[in-house]
Amino acid sequence: MNLEILTPEKKLYSGEVYGVQMPGISGSFEVLDKHAPLVSALKAGRVKVLKDKQSHLANFDIQGGFVEVLNNKVTVLVEGAEPVE
Amino acid sequence: MAGQLKEVRNRIKSVQSTQQITKAMKMVSAAKLRRAQDAIVQMRPYAKKLQEMLSNIVSNSEGETGMALAAERPVEKVLLIVITSDRGLAGAFNTNLIKLAKATIAERYAEQHKKGNVTIWSIGKKGYEHFSKNGYKTDASYKDIFLSLTFGNVQQASQAAMKAFEDKQFDVIEIVYSQFKNAATQRFEVERFLPIPKVEKKAGAVKADFIFDPNREQLVAELMPKILNTQLYKAVLDSNASEHGARMTAMDKASENANEMLRSLKISYNRARQAAITTELTEIVSGAAALQG
Repeated sequence: MNLEILTPEKKLYSGEVYGVQMPGISGSFEVLDKHAPLVSALKAGRVKVLKDKQSHLANFDIQGGFVEVLNNKVTVLVEGAEPVE
Repeated sequence: MAGQLKEVRNRIKSVQSTQQITKAMKMVSAAKLRRAQDAIVQMRPYAKKLQEMLSNIVSNSEGETGMALAAERPVEKVLLIVITSDRGLAGAFNTNLIKLAKATIAERYAEQHKKGNVTIWSIGKKGYEHFSKNGYKTDASYKDIFLSLTFGNVQQASQAAMKAFEDKQFDVIEIVYSQFKNAATQRFEVERFLPIPKVEKKAGAVKADFIFDPNREQLVAELMPKILNTQLYKAVLDSNASEHGARMTAMDKASENANEMLRSLKISYNRARQAAITTELTEIVSGAAALQG
């Protein structure tokens, strides 16, 4: 599936990924390939971009934001995010 | 004659050095303009997606979504957010923005202004200087945003504005800014910030069986402030790009005018020089003739 992480200042991440973990407002969740359409608010926490089941490509600490899943395309909108190792 | 020559030469020198300055300023503005335009381009996908999300939510829900930020109240207290620049020498850029702000007050909020209920938040020093000197109610909290133009700083201003609106300190908030078209043209505009207009259901929005978390109403209520943050951020970025565009054009004109001036000065310099030579020649010839005679 395709993932995009956008902030007002720049595009943080864009590409094909295995899945992504996010801090949803009512608990952390993971979106994998062919997820049903979803719109959710995110709270402060860590967004993990997964390359496969075990390893991750990148992590971001966010203050809160939104995610939309539609047609196997995941768009994460955050107002501020710090990349972490 | 020699005195006149020197005078013209000095003037040519001073015009040349002025021209050097205006040329340098033009180049600096061009570089800054490119960066400002980049920032606008970078922001676009985020802003677009945010709007899309909102219209997807609204279109997939039944009934109205009422919000505190959409509350239309009788207009008693007005806030204008006027975005000018920090520096001058940008042609009529700041003058036009200030003029537009004043015209807006005079046309739409004259009564409120008489009662002292029109407040101006200036982003950018030039506007602040003008309005505070001319007896308007101003607030300097956000005038220095251009010193470090980040989303975080703009966000603070827009959140403060939203809070003031919710606390009923203001009944209507408008932004006076300059929309960026291209380097040579700016469109000066007044844009409604709060209350937000009703969100229309769009025919083009995707109809899908979305899972919403939390529910739609709450999602819209959370999305709205983000959209407003982005709206103000866009206005600030647009004004910033317009400022550099305006300065670039102004400096280009100034360099051109300097060229024109140099040309006519050179002509008069050469005329003066020729006249001096002719006089000298005449003097020598007549001197020689007198000796012979």
